[in-house]
Amino acid sequence: MTDAAAGSLRPDGAPRSARPVRARSRVALRRTLPGILAARLAGAVFVLWAVATITFFAIRLIPGDPAEAILGGPGSQTSPEALAAVRARYGLDQPVVVQYLAQLGRLATGDLGRSYALRQDVAPLLVGQLGGTLLLAALALVVAWLFALVLATWSTRGGRFAWYLGSGLEIVAAALPHFWLATALIVLFSVWLGWLPPISTPGPAGLVLPVLTLAIPLAGFLGQVMRESLLTALESPFVLSARARGEGDRGVRWIHALRHASLPAISLSGWAFGSLISGAVVVETIFARPGLGRTMLNAVTVRDVPVVIGVVMIVAVGYILMTVVTDLAQWIADPRLRRR
Amino acid sequence: MSQGTGPAARRAAVTPPLVSLLRVRDLAVGFGAQPGTDPVVAGVSFDIAPGECLALVGESGSGKSVTARSLIGLAGNDAWLQATELEINGDDVLGLTDAQWRRRRGRDVGLVLQDALVSLDPLRPIGREIADSLRLHTTLDRAARRARVEEVLERVGLPDGRTRVRQRAGELSGGQRQRALIAAAIALDPPLLLIDEPTTALDVTVQAQILDLLESLKRHGTAILLISHDLAVVSRIADRIAVMSAGQIVEQGPAARLLASPRQEQTRRMIAAIPIDKPRGTRLASPGDRADAPAPAPAPGEVVLEASGLVKTFRRPDGSEQRAVDGVSFRLLRGTTLGLVGESGSGKTTTARLLLALSRPDAGEVRVLGRPFSAATERQRRRLRPELGAIYQDALSSFDPRLSVDAVLRDAVRGARHTARPGAAPGNAARDRARVLELLDQVSLPATLLSRRPLSLSGGQRQRVGIARALASEPQILVCDEPVSSLDVTVQAQVLDLLDELQRERGLSLLLISHDLGVIRHARDQVAVMLDGTIVETGDTEQVFGAPRHPYTQALLAAVPRLG
Amino acid sequence: MSDLEVQADLGRQARAREPRRRRLGVAEALAAACALFLLVAAVAPSVLAPGDPLAIDPLSAFQPPNLAHWFGTDESGRDIFTRVSHGTGGSLMIGILATAIGLGLGIVLGTMAGMLGRVVDFTVNRFLEVLFAFPGLLLALLVILVFGPGAQTATVAVGLATAPGYARIIRAQLISVRSSAFVEAATVLGRGRWQILLRHILPNTLAPLFVLGTLGIGQAVVWASALSYLGLGAAPPAAEWGAMLSAGRTYITSAWWMAFFPGLFIVLTAVTATSLGRALERRLRHA
Repeated sequence: MTDAAAGSLRPDGAPRSARPVRARSRVALRRTLPGILAARLAGAVFVLWAVATITFFAIRLIPGDPAEAILGGPGSQTSPEALAAVRARYGLDQPVVVQYLAQLGRLATGDLGRSYALRQDVAPLLVGQLGGTLLLAALALVVAWLFALVLATWSTRGGRFAWYLGSGLEIVAAALPHFWLATALIVLFSVWLGWLPPISTPGPAGLVLPVLTLAIPLAGFLGQVMRESLLTALESPFVLSARARGEGDRGVRWIHALRHASLPAISLSGWAFGSLISGAVVVETIFARPGLGRTMLNAVTVRDVPVVIGVVMIVAVGYILMTVVTDLAQWIADPRLRRR
Repeated sequence: MSQGTGPAARRAAVTPPLVSLLRVRDLAVGFGAQPGTDPVVAGVSFDIAPGECLALVGESGSGKSVTARSLIGLAGNDAWLQATELEINGDDVLGLTDAQWRRRRGRDVGLVLQDALVSLDPLRPIGREIADSLRLHTTLDRAARRARVEEVLERVGLPDGRTRVRQRAGELSGGQRQRALIAAAIALDPPLLLIDEPTTALDVTVQAQILDLLESLKRHGTAILLISHDLAVVSRIADRIAVMSAGQIVEQGPAARLLASPRQEQTRRMIAAIPIDKPRGTRLASPGDRADAPAPAPAPGEVVLEASGLVKTFRRPDGSEQRAVDGVSFRLLRGTTLGLVGESGSGKTTTARLLLALSRPDAGEVRVLGRPFSAATERQRRRLRPELGAIYQDALSSFDPRLSVDAVLRDAVRGARHTARPGAAPGNAARDRARVLELLDQVSLPATLLSRRPLSLSGGQRQRVGIARALASEPQILVCDEPVSSLDVTVQAQVLDLLDELQRERGLSLLLISHDLGVIRHARDQVAVMLDGTIVETGDTEQVFGAPRHPYTQALLAAVPRLG
Repeated sequence: MSDLEVQADLGRQARAREPRRRRLGVAEALAAACALFLLVAAVAPSVLAPGDPLAIDPLSAFQPPNLAHWFGTDESGRDIFTRVSHGTGGSLMIGILATAIGLGLGIVLGTMAGMLGRVVDFTVNRFLEVLFAFPGLLLALLVILVFGPGAQTATVAVGLATAPGYARIIRAQLISVRSSAFVEAATVLGRGRWQILLRHILPNTLAPLFVLGTLGIGQAVVWASALSYLGLGAAPPAAEWGAMLSAGRTYITSAWWMAFFPGLFIVLTAVTATSLGRALERRLRHA
């Protein structure tokens, strides 16, 4: 987003700098389809490789013997024979380069290794957890969009007071930490009112509080973005032109302004994904909901390295997919990007 | 052109000039909390008959746009409006509610804003935009609306409506866009059109076409209120002209009479400020002032600035290449002015950047005072830089936003002292200060401005500060890239006069780059005409303007709006 | 895209929206008052709450908010208002240190990318892009996995996790200033590279960093307390907000105030930082 200015054009139609314009997402979409796909794929492979590499070498920095960690941490009574067996089994006696290549090879085939703590294969374990987190994140995204839309539309229509109240609410909502919001919601809806379960139950009722917890702060951000662009659109000459043709307030909003307002919010989707994932770590823990976030946290707490790597890789894949989806959504919503 | 059964035919039956379609008496508009206080526009009265064009002319901030917008009920949410009479098409529109206004907008009155790129929704196809008023005010079905849209497009000179309707503003050229915007306003053939600066952002040739289109609407019977800052543009189609200043109409009358014998000082100033067709060396700002006779043509001196075979290629975002400048060569002689004229996209600005060594040419060379400039290293160039001053179109952005006028000029003075004698005696604050005041005086700015930031100055003042800064190093050459194109016409005249004066006093050599033939004409000596990155014609100013040889120059000159 | 970049963009837009206000606005005054309150609490908490934050009084355990204990008491009868006030210093310090780490790293990376030519720019950019694939807290969690939990690790983790965002903003700012018309004008006037760098580029790049830092402290406080809450940062009975909140979680059904008030202070800090950052941004632009 911040890079958009670098490609801005001078009045003469000449790029500001003679530098070749980088193949950034927005620009890349204007090129041919196979080219885009190839560039995308290469970029994705690079990012995944880099993520795997950073993680692999970061794990090396952990003090202590990995074999001990596998057998239950430094405090546990382990015989030298058991340690040696574990080292041989996990390839820990090999040179680092060999281990690194072996790790890359395993990741490339989708083998995420075996959890130290849970004694089961990581890949199927995480795939089982994926659904819950995705459902949570997707619902939260939808609810956040709805909140943001309602708040933005209302606060731009209701005059000065609504404007201040709306923007105040959004700033506060955006600043709410998930863990505190969750606590407050539990106190309010479970402890005092008794409407909803304090921990996540399988039914839809159990989803309400987790989704709200994730959605409210996100709605704060999205609402601010939408309100700003909504106001910009409403004050723009094309809206004045539409009014001059006899368009009313509602028509102006629905036909012109909301579409413009949603563009910057769409471009935030990649960021929203990240924000939802870190939120999921907290929310799944508080509401005792199975999912990637809680698995990640547990794994970090007990230093279950393969699980952490697995989650990191899955999130990286998700992030890449999300940027592709974001680009596609922008491409659909903004016909200016489709032009050659 | 569709004629016959439309409302126009009915209107034509009514006897024209006596019947006024729009009648405004004592209009006052303001934005204060209390109606009647601090009006932006006050005591404005005029009439427009069917098929007549009244031009409302004034400088920016004179209240002309507010006037136009209040005639369609869109002056703004917090605006108040008072008038003794306000009638459109015989109906009193004073005190209409917004819902009542909405029924009239697009049907009884149309509004065309300037800059169609932002006045058409960039996300919507123009077909939808044009069909808006049909959808809102008629019961036509989709197919009928489609047909009508194509008809209107045809009428504004955009044939091939079937494919056009699916295009968006960004896919059209400037002229096409403006046509589409006009089409959206006349879809229902409203008897009154309010047109705000319809040609401001356009090149002269396109400008002429749009004016022709407006002319044809007028013949068709539409009453037009034309808002413009440019008397020359207006004089082509206006039947009557009203000159606005500080929210009031200072003079009003038939176009020919008003232009030939203006009664008010304000009008006279505006007419005099139009640079076109003025002999060289005439002061623009104070008409009739013959005190400074045209300077004697300087004997052709040596070449001070030379461009030879400049080429600059850019890569477009889609990867293709664009030759912005393609083999440009010229010579600027000492003490003379060379005007470089071209429409937008012709490569003028890129040329200026190459001359100032802000970007490196792909081929060719720039020499300053006979020494290599573009081919030198920046370190070598720095010794020549003081000889080459630059004045930019957007003066504001050329100042560091943190610095005051004083700091800007002191920086320039100190820098000039350093570069003149590197490692010379340490600065003398008092002497620097004196020099800053001297520079301010040269550009006729009061010393009280020193503590201000450029952001708080007017456009003309900013440009003067820019000129003062460029003069700090006593340059021999000034490169002026569109120095006046963002200024009001009278301010424009003052700045051009200032440049002229400076040139005469100090024997400066001037490279004047502009899209405005009027400005270029005012530049004496030589002219070069640019088209698509190349110079298509070059020669003495009088000769190029008097007997243009290249067809493009001829077209360009033919399109220039002239008074009368 | 990082939280910070979103925040910074929002600030810039909000500034463009409100040209009318000249004087100190109500929101700005409120934010300034809150900031003052937090500062007093951080530097001299005893002024606000003279008691001992660790003093145990089993007889008055689990008291709901009342006149004697504004925010109630915890399971050992410790006064929560006192604890929250005394926790301000620690929580803010973690936030400030984390911001300093993030901003420092960001300045180094961003300046390298913005100043050292195309190759460095490309490399740093790719590196940042990779870091963005560890969204939000994930990078911080990875750091904690490596170095083990604790207040110091949490501070470093938050600093590292926010650094890519700072780096991108600083790079963009540098590039936009460097290619701005006034820098070109200085070149045309014959200024040297270093003169331009010192006189124009650095001041115009650094001024927005105050805004960024202010916005960043709010975010860092929230993240650091999130880590404490998850048991990976400062641990109870330290009077750190996140840790207090975490401790209160156990009693959520019976003593809601134990978790509520520490969190309220976190929210207060975050909102204050946001408002203050935006106000600062407005001042800077209009000055």
